[in-house]
Amino acid sequence: MIENPNKKRLRRSMMFLNAQKPSLIKDPYIYKIDSLMLDLEDAVAVTAKDTARFSLYHALKTIDYRGSERVVRINGLDTDLWEEDIRVCVAGGADVIRIPKTEDASMVRAVEEKIVAAEEEFNREPGSTLIMSALESCKGVMNAYEVCTSSDRMIGVALSGGDYTKDLQTRITGTGVELMGARQQMIIAARAAGVQCFDTVWTNLDDMEGFRKEVQMIHDMGFDGKSCINPRQIDIVHDIYTPTQKEIIFSEKVIKEIDDKKAKGIGVFTVDGKMIDIAFYDGAKRNIMLAKAAGVYKGDL
Amino acid sequence: MEIKKPAVAGTMESSDCQVTVEPGEGKIDFTLDSAVAHQFGNQIKKVTLETLANLGVDNVKISIVDKGALDCTIKARIEGAVFRSVDQYKDLPWGGAIK
Repeated sequence: MIENPNKKRLRRSMMFLNAQKPSLIKDPYIYKIDSLMLDLEDAVAVTAKDTARFSLYHALKTIDYRGSERVVRINGLDTDLWEEDIRVCVAGGADVIRIPKTEDASMVRAVEEKIVAAEEEFNREPGSTLIMSALESCKGVMNAYEVCTSSDRMIGVALSGGDYTKDLQTRITGTGVELMGARQQMIIAARAAGVQCFDTVWTNLDDMEGFRKEVQMIHDMGFDGKSCINPRQIDIVHDIYTPTQKEIIFSEKVIKEIDDKKAKGIGVFTVDGKMIDIAFYDGAKRNIMLAKAAGVYKGDL
Repeated sequence: MEIKKPAVAGTMESSDCQVTVEPGEGKIDFTLDSAVAHQFGNQIKKVTLETLANLGVDNVKISIVDKGALDCTIKARIEGAVFRSVDQYKDLPWGGAIK
């Protein structure tokens, strides 16, 4: 199986789109979203589960999403829909399959088994279809590390706050207190496993200031990105995930200095009066990647 | 494929179309209702006939109410209606008859 080069791509924003609605899936690339999440699950009415697949297939095959990654959320493993969902995703060439309500590694492996079969059936390169898991229950959150390490295809985990707080017997308060433990557990598990971590949606579109604060918080916690439900949320997420000029210049120096000092056999040194060693390298690289994505990097790295 | 019973797919929402198929009378009987029929009628008919040919359907009454659907949406709704008419929801021929 190939190591998929897109496994660790930039995913600051991931926007939910109902695969049942042609008006939503025909041109969402205009918002310059990192990942589009075409939904076959909750957004699609029970009476349209079958027809949504045809829309999805042709959208995947014919619409040029101009660099936005195409994630598809399949129906849950407790339905009789998910296996055909996987076939259509793989046949259409979806980049990532999102498993809802993931509780343990066995669920990921069940999906992976069907993906392997579908990649063979539809002549797709083995390993070309990636997986991500939504954790929507206390059990899922408890098993975050097990889920994160369950497959080589796993890109990361996303918190689904609505279902999770129901399971926790509370509600979304807007303060984030009810999600604190899950967020912390998930980001630690994801980092320990070397995969990404995505935060839940913010549903109150009248409170954009609250949204901004939440995105800033999850950014500071280490999350890779935020799930979005409205185009108005995209720019705020990208803005918060754009490094400042000061951070960019410093990161550039760190990368160049580490490359230079490594060649000279020096391990630890200072940049602008701060102690720097190899531990800063990946973070600096990531800052440059984020700056490039935001179109604010003018350097030569 | 043989159309077994009447079936509908799609909606009247903007950018969508609603496709109805019924068992035919030995041929393809095509009806279109679209605000842009004078401009895109021929193209919609072409996509419809191609899609039906891919599915191997040559005996059908098909009517389309178009609300500004792209070609890929028209295809999807025709296929949706045809597979509903034969009650097939699994092991669909993605990339084969559906293309």
